[in-house]
Amino acid sequence: MKTKASTGRRVGAVVAIILAVMWAFPVYWMINSSFLPASKITSLTPTWVPFGGSWDNYKAVLDGSTGFGAAMRISLSVTAIALVICIVVAFLGALAVSRFRFKGRKSFVLAVILVQMLPAEAMFIAQYKMIAGLNLLNTIAGLSIIYVAMVVPFTLWMLRGFVAGVPADLEEAAMIDGCTRFQAFMRITFPLLAPGLVASGVYAFLQVWNEFALASVLMTSESSETLPLWLRGFSEPTQFGAVQWGQVMAGSVLVAVPVIVFFMIVQNRMTSGMVGGAVKG
Amino acid sequence: MTSPVTAPSDLDAPPPLAADEPRTPSKRPLSRRLIPYFLVIPALITLLVGMGYPVGWQILNSFREYGLAQQFGQAPEWVGLDNYIGLLTGSEFWTVLIRSVVFMGATALATMIIGIGLALLMKAIPTVPRIILQISMLLAWAMPIVAQMTVWNWLIDDRNGVLNWALSQLPGVDFIGHDWLQNPLSFFAIASIIITWASVPFVALSVYAGLTQVSEEVVEAAQLDGAHGLSMLRRITLPIIRPVLVILLLLQMIWDLRVYAQIQLLQGFGAAGIRYDLLGTYVYGLGVGQGKFGVAAAAAMIVMIFTIGLSWFYVRELLKEDD
Repeated sequence: MKTKASTGRRVGAVVAIILAVMWAFPVYWMINSSFLPASKITSLTPTWVPFGGSWDNYKAVLDGSTGFGAAMRISLSVTAIALVICIVVAFLGALAVSRFRFKGRKSFVLAVILVQMLPAEAMFIAQYKMIAGLNLLNTIAGLSIIYVAMVVPFTLWMLRGFVAGVPADLEEAAMIDGCTRFQAFMRITFPLLAPGLVASGVYAFLQVWNEFALASVLMTSESSETLPLWLRGFSEPTQFGAVQWGQVMAGSVLVAVPVIVFFMIVQNRMTSGMVGGAVKG
Repeated sequence: MTSPVTAPSDLDAPPPLAADEPRTPSKRPLSRRLIPYFLVIPALITLLVGMGYPVGWQILNSFREYGLAQQFGQAPEWVGLDNYIGLLTGSEFWTVLIRSVVFMGATALATMIIGIGLALLMKAIPTVPRIILQISMLLAWAMPIVAQMTVWNWLIDDRNGVLNWALSQLPGVDFIGHDWLQNPLSFFAIASIIITWASVPFVALSVYAGLTQVSEEVVEAAQLDGAHGLSMLRRITLPIIRPVLVILLLLQMIWDLRVYAQIQLLQGFGAAGIRYDLLGTYVYGLGVGQGKFGVAAAAAMIVMIFTIGLSWFYVRELLKEDD
């Protein structure tokens, strides 16, 4: 009986490793190809390990003529603007919802949930017309407006959970000790909220940074491409010649690696208890 | 990449009263009572501008003639339900709708089955291979959609792609030069495989998290009663994690119905036209592509009602869990 079970576990382990390889393979292949010269890339037999590879593809992508730098600047601006506004707006809203009772609170919470159910993919046309009407197509401001609206509901919802997780008792204790309400909030609640703010911020960042569909609708001119749009343009065949797969993969790595790193960070933050011992200890 | 699931856990529970707050709100000073409204105003404005206005515009214009002529200043004319009737009596919209539903069903089902299978596997194996599998899943999950699609497009490249090379290693098979995106069926199969690859990690890790919640005592008791293997799975494990499975399935269905970016990107890589459209790209093509904004608004409204219907089940499930 016991040997049967352990054989099963061993077979399971082998299957798991095979599946792990399958799932990671595209990611590995992206990295591998990004180091290979064009001669290896276009050879009819694949090169499995980038021995003797070089950073040439990365240099080619970064040298300026590909538009990577310009797209990076636009992505950074849009993300920074949208993120700052989103965090402030969502944080204030989350405070109201989880620290105050007021008329209309329930309707507001419901609105925040319902808005998240609206399929963005079915609102393109209207958002396009709105931004076009404001003369903001192909502008950082136009895209930022739409992005803020896109991420606020979810960020507010997430922050609401974090704010509610810091017991109001802590603030009251500080007020009994002589703090004003505002001081109590800044000295007690805010530091405890910092991890939650970081986690929500990173999630909002990932959504905005990766966003492709809305950007493709609102940023139609080549000079206003965000990074995802740039990568698409870079990887599509043109009349001037075949796709430079080595460079395209180097571009993909540059777009993906920061995202993967941030993603892994939040994964951990999300699972570790936020203010677990604050009350007890 | 997908957002995590948030449960509206205490939807109906307002925050507890602070010690210094009198029971009846009206006794507090006016300035104090106005604070929450000031806090909420920015969020309200954001929602109204970014979501409220577009939805309003869409509802209005789905009942109006709004084509190229109106683009150039002619006033849009009310046409009642004409846009909807035109869509629903023609065959084009139905073809795309049915295609999208089939695509959603196949992709969501494949994702769920593989995801559940992987979760059960993770539960049954030693720690080291499990962690390797989990990291590899996280890698795939974290990839930005555009990077995912670019890499897959390289994997299936007709001349130098690994897929065609591997298939050509089979005796008597030559796939070099085969374009996977030309035939619509093969186009959607590839799209479905890519989306499944990208969504399985979320399902597998969530189900695995659910499985670790199943208490040891229940499992032992069932074993004493003679439950083993499949009967254990069918009678004990799956029923216990059923709520998680229902929510995951609904989310997958909603996401797979709304899929836009992947299809748009694949079309850009080598196959454009209505034969390769799902709802998202179809609506976009009607509006921005052909300038039929009224009709596109109507189509978008139908899609919206459809997805909200699905989402409604999702919210109801979440609320049910809460009871």
